[in-house]
Amino acid sequence: MMMFAAAAVAVLVAMGLALVRAFTGPTVFDRILAVNTTGTLTVVLIAVYGFLENRPDFLDIALLYALINFIGTVAVTKYVKFGATGVAPDKRDQGDI
Amino acid sequence: MGPETLDIILDALSWILMASGAFFALTGALGIIRFPDIFSRMHAAGMVDTLGIGLILVGLMFQSDERIVVVKLGLIILFIFFTSPTTTFALARAALDDGMSADTLPDLNKTEAPENQKGGS
Repeated sequence: MMMFAAAAVAVLVAMGLALVRAFTGPTVFDRILAVNTTGTLTVVLIAVYGFLENRPDFLDIALLYALINFIGTVAVTKYVKFGATGVAPDKRDQGDI
Repeated sequence: MGPETLDIILDALSWILMASGAFFALTGALGIIRFPDIFSRMHAAGMVDTLGIGLILVGLMFQSDERIVVVKLGLIILFIFFTSPTTTFALARAALDDGMSADTLPDLNKTEAPENQKGGS
Protein backbone atom coordinates (compact mmCIF):
# COMPACT_ATOMS: atom_id res chain seq x y z
CA MET A 1 0.00 0.00 0.00
CA MET A 2 2.82 2.36 0.90
CA MET A 3 4.27 2.02 -2.57
CA PHE A 4 1.00 2.98 -4.28
CA ALA A 5 0.59 6.02 -2.05
CA ALA A 6 4.14 7.17 -2.80
CA ALA A 7 3.59 6.74 -6.54
CA ALA A 8 0.27 8.61 -6.34
CA VAL A 9 1.92 11.52 -4.51
CA ALA A 10 4.74 11.66 -7.09
CA VAL A 11 2.24 11.68 -9.95
CA LEU A 12 0.22 14.42 -8.24
CA VAL A 13 3.34 16.58 -7.82
CA ALA A 14 4.24 16.04 -11.48
CA MET A 15 0.69 17.04 -12.45
CA GLY A 16 1.03 20.21 -10.41
CA LEU A 17 4.32 21.09 -12.12
CA ALA A 18 2.76 20.50 -15.54
CA LEU A 19 -0.24 22.65 -14.59
CA VAL A 20 2.11 25.53 -13.75
CA ARG A 21 3.26 25.47 -17.36
CA ALA A 22 -0.36 25.23 -18.50
CA PHE A 23 -1.22 28.43 -16.64
CA THR A 24 1.92 30.44 -17.41
CA GLY A 25 2.71 29.12 -20.90
CA PRO A 26 3.51 31.95 -23.27
CA THR A 27 1.97 30.33 -26.35
CA VAL A 28 -1.11 28.21 -26.86
CA PHE A 29 1.09 25.23 -27.84
CA ASP A 30 2.76 25.23 -24.43
CA ARG A 31 -0.66 25.09 -22.83
CA ILE A 32 -1.82 22.24 -25.06
CA LEU A 33 1.37 20.29 -24.31
CA ALA A 34 1.02 20.81 -20.56
CA VAL A 35 -2.66 19.84 -20.54
CA ASN A 36 -1.85 16.72 -22.57
CA THR A 37 0.84 15.74 -20.07
CA THR A 38 -1.57 16.38 -17.21
CA GLY A 39 -4.14 14.11 -18.84
CA THR A 40 -1.58 11.37 -19.40
CA LEU A 41 -0.54 11.58 -15.75
CA THR A 42 -4.22 11.42 -14.78
CA VAL A 43 -4.44 8.03 -16.51
CA VAL A 44 -1.66 6.73 -14.26
CA LEU A 45 -3.20 8.38 -11.21
CA ILE A 46 -6.53 6.61 -11.82
CA ALA A 47 -4.73 3.26 -12.27
CA VAL A 48 -2.64 3.71 -9.12
CA TYR A 49 -5.72 4.78 -7.14
CA GLY A 50 -7.51 1.65 -8.28
CA PHE A 51 -4.68 -0.46 -6.87
CA LEU A 52 -4.61 1.65 -3.70
CA GLU A 53 -8.29 0.96 -3.04
CA ASN A 54 -8.09 -2.69 -4.19
CA ARG A 55 -10.54 -1.98 -6.99
CA PRO A 56 -8.85 -2.88 -10.30
CA ASP A 57 -12.04 -1.97 -12.20
CA PHE A 58 -10.67 1.56 -12.24
CA LEU A 59 -8.38 0.42 -15.06
CA ASP A 60 -11.34 0.56 -17.47
CA ILE A 61 -11.80 4.23 -16.59
CA ALA A 62 -8.06 4.82 -17.06
CA LEU A 63 -8.17 3.24 -20.53
CA LEU A 64 -11.15 5.41 -21.48
CA TYR A 65 -9.41 8.48 -20.15
CA ALA A 66 -6.38 7.72 -22.34
CA LEU A 67 -8.64 7.54 -25.40
CA ILE A 68 -10.49 10.77 -24.58
CA ASN A 69 -7.22 12.56 -23.80
CA PHE A 70 -5.77 11.66 -27.19
CA ILE A 71 -8.89 12.66 -29.12
CA GLY A 72 -9.21 15.93 -27.22
CA THR A 73 -5.59 16.94 -27.68
CA VAL A 74 -5.60 16.21 -31.41
CA ALA A 75 -8.91 18.04 -31.81
CA VAL A 76 -7.66 21.15 -30.00
CA THR A 77 -4.37 21.10 -31.93
CA LYS A 78 -6.24 20.81 -35.20
CA TYR A 79 -8.58 23.62 -34.25
CA VAL A 80 -5.64 25.88 -33.37
CA LYS A 81 -3.82 25.08 -36.60
CA PHE A 82 -6.67 25.10 -39.13
CA GLY A 83 -9.32 27.14 -37.39
CA ALA A 84 -11.77 24.26 -37.84
CA THR A 85 -12.08 20.65 -36.69
CA GLY A 86 -13.38 19.45 -40.03
CA VAL A 87 -11.62 19.73 -43.37
CA ALA A 88 -10.11 23.16 -43.90
CA PRO A 89 -10.80 24.05 -47.56
CA ASP A 90 -7.80 26.36 -48.05
CA LYS A 91 -5.24 24.07 -46.33
CA ARG A 92 -6.28 20.77 -47.84
CA ASP A 93 -2.71 19.97 -48.96
CA GLN A 94 -1.37 20.04 -45.38
CA GLY A 95 -3.02 16.83 -44.30
CA ASP A 96 -5.38 16.04 -41.48
CA ILE A 97 -3.53 17.00 -38.33
CA MET B 1 12.50 -20.90 -2.94
CA GLY B 2 8.99 -20.72 -1.50
CA PRO B 3 6.11 -18.49 -2.48
CA GLU B 4 7.02 -15.93 0.20
CA THR B 5 10.45 -15.39 -1.35
CA LEU B 6 8.79 -14.88 -4.72
CA ASP B 7 6.44 -12.31 -3.18
CA ILE B 8 9.37 -10.41 -1.70
CA ILE B 9 11.21 -10.42 -5.03
CA LEU B 10 8.10 -9.22 -6.89
CA ASP B 11 7.53 -6.48 -4.30
CA ALA B 12 11.12 -5.28 -4.57
CA LEU B 13 10.97 -5.29 -8.37
CA SER B 14 7.69 -3.39 -8.26
CA TRP B 15 9.17 -0.84 -5.84
CA ILE B 16 12.17 -0.26 -8.10
CA LEU B 17 10.07 0.11 -11.25
CA MET B 18 7.54 2.46 -9.67
CA ALA B 19 10.22 4.57 -8.00
CA SER B 20 12.11 5.03 -11.25
CA GLY B 21 8.85 5.77 -13.07
CA ALA B 22 7.99 8.42 -10.50
CA PHE B 23 11.51 9.83 -10.90
CA PHE B 24 11.10 10.11 -14.65
CA ALA B 25 7.62 11.66 -14.30
CA LEU B 26 8.92 14.30 -11.88
CA THR B 27 11.99 15.01 -14.01
CA GLY B 28 9.89 15.38 -17.15
CA ALA B 29 7.44 17.69 -15.41
CA LEU B 30 10.35 19.79 -14.16
CA GLY B 31 11.67 19.91 -17.71
CA ILE B 32 8.31 21.12 -18.98
CA ILE B 33 8.67 24.09 -16.62
CA ARG B 34 12.39 24.80 -17.03
CA PHE B 35 13.13 24.27 -20.73
CA PRO B 36 13.29 27.40 -22.89
CA ASP B 37 11.12 26.70 -25.95
CA ILE B 38 8.22 24.55 -27.08
CA PHE B 39 10.26 21.88 -28.86
CA SER B 40 12.54 21.09 -25.93
CA ARG B 41 9.46 21.06 -23.71
CA MET B 42 7.97 18.43 -26.04
CA HIS B 43 11.12 16.38 -25.47
CA ALA B 44 10.58 16.57 -21.71
CA ALA B 45 6.91 15.68 -22.10
CA GLY B 46 7.92 12.63 -24.12
CA MET B 47 9.98 11.52 -21.15
CA VAL B 48 6.84 11.61 -18.99
CA ASP B 49 4.72 9.86 -21.61
CA THR B 50 7.03 6.91 -22.28
CA LEU B 51 9.37 6.17 -19.38
CA GLY B 52 7.35 7.65 -16.52
CA ILE B 53 4.02 6.11 -17.49
CA GLY B 54 5.52 2.85 -18.76
CA LEU B 55 7.64 2.10 -15.70
CA ILE B 56 4.85 2.89 -13.22
CA LEU B 57 2.32 0.74 -15.10
CA VAL B 58 4.77 -2.17 -15.47
CA GLY B 59 5.42 -1.86 -11.74
CA LEU B 60 1.65 -2.13 -11.17
CA MET B 61 1.59 -5.28 -13.34
CA PHE B 62 3.75 -7.12 -10.81
CA GLN B 63 1.24 -6.38 -8.04
CA SER B 64 -1.87 -7.80 -9.71
CA ASP B 65 -3.24 -11.29 -9.12
CA GLU B 66 -5.69 -11.55 -12.00
CA ARG B 67 -4.61 -11.92 -15.58
CA ILE B 68 -7.18 -9.49 -17.00
CA VAL B 69 -5.66 -6.67 -14.96
CA VAL B 70 -2.27 -7.29 -16.56
CA VAL B 71 -3.92 -7.29 -19.99
CA LYS B 72 -5.65 -3.97 -19.30
CA LEU B 73 -2.43 -2.38 -18.05
CA GLY B 74 -0.68 -3.64 -21.19
CA LEU B 75 -3.44 -2.12 -23.32
CA ILE B 76 -2.98 1.27 -21.62
CA ILE B 77 0.80 1.11 -22.19
CA LEU B 78 0.31 0.09 -25.83
CA PHE B 79 -2.21 2.85 -26.45
CA ILE B 80 -0.07 5.59 -24.92
CA PHE B 81 2.94 4.18 -26.79
CA PHE B 82 1.18 4.93 -30.06
CA THR B 83 -0.78 8.09 -29.24
CA SER B 84 1.99 10.07 -27.54
CA PRO B 85 4.19 10.39 -30.67
CA THR B 86 1.10 11.17 -32.75
CA THR B 87 0.10 14.01 -30.43
CA THR B 88 3.65 15.34 -30.34
CA PHE B 89 3.83 15.20 -34.14
CA ALA B 90 0.58 17.12 -34.57
CA LEU B 91 1.60 19.70 -31.99
CA ALA B 92 5.10 20.17 -33.44
CA ARG B 93 3.69 20.57 -36.92
CA ALA B 94 1.15 23.11 -35.73
CA ALA B 95 3.91 25.00 -33.89
CA LEU B 96 6.19 24.96 -36.95
CA ASP B 97 3.30 26.14 -39.10
CA ASP B 98 2.85 29.01 -36.67
CA GLY B 99 6.51 30.04 -37.09
CA MET B 100 7.67 28.94 -33.64
CA SER B 101 11.16 27.69 -34.60
CA ALA B 102 12.65 31.09 -35.50
CA ASP B 103 14.20 31.84 -32.10
CA THR B 104 16.41 28.89 -31.23
CA LEU B 105 16.98 26.70 -34.25
CA PRO B 106 19.21 29.02 -36.40
CA ASP B 107 21.97 28.94 -33.74
CA LEU B 108 22.20 25.18 -34.01
CA ASN B 109 22.42 25.41 -37.79
CA LYS B 110 25.25 27.96 -37.64
CA THR B 111 27.45 25.74 -35.50
CA GLU B 112 26.68 22.62 -37.50
CA ALA B 113 26.98 24.01 -41.02
CA PRO B 114 30.80 24.58 -41.16
CA GLU B 115 31.50 21.13 -39.75
CA ASN B 116 29.39 19.56 -42.44
CA GLN B 117 31.27 21.45 -45.13
CA LYS B 118 34.62 20.29 -43.72
CA GLY B 119 33.38 16.72 -43.63
CA GLY B 120 32.22 17.00 -47.22
CA SER B 121 35.55 18.34 -48.57
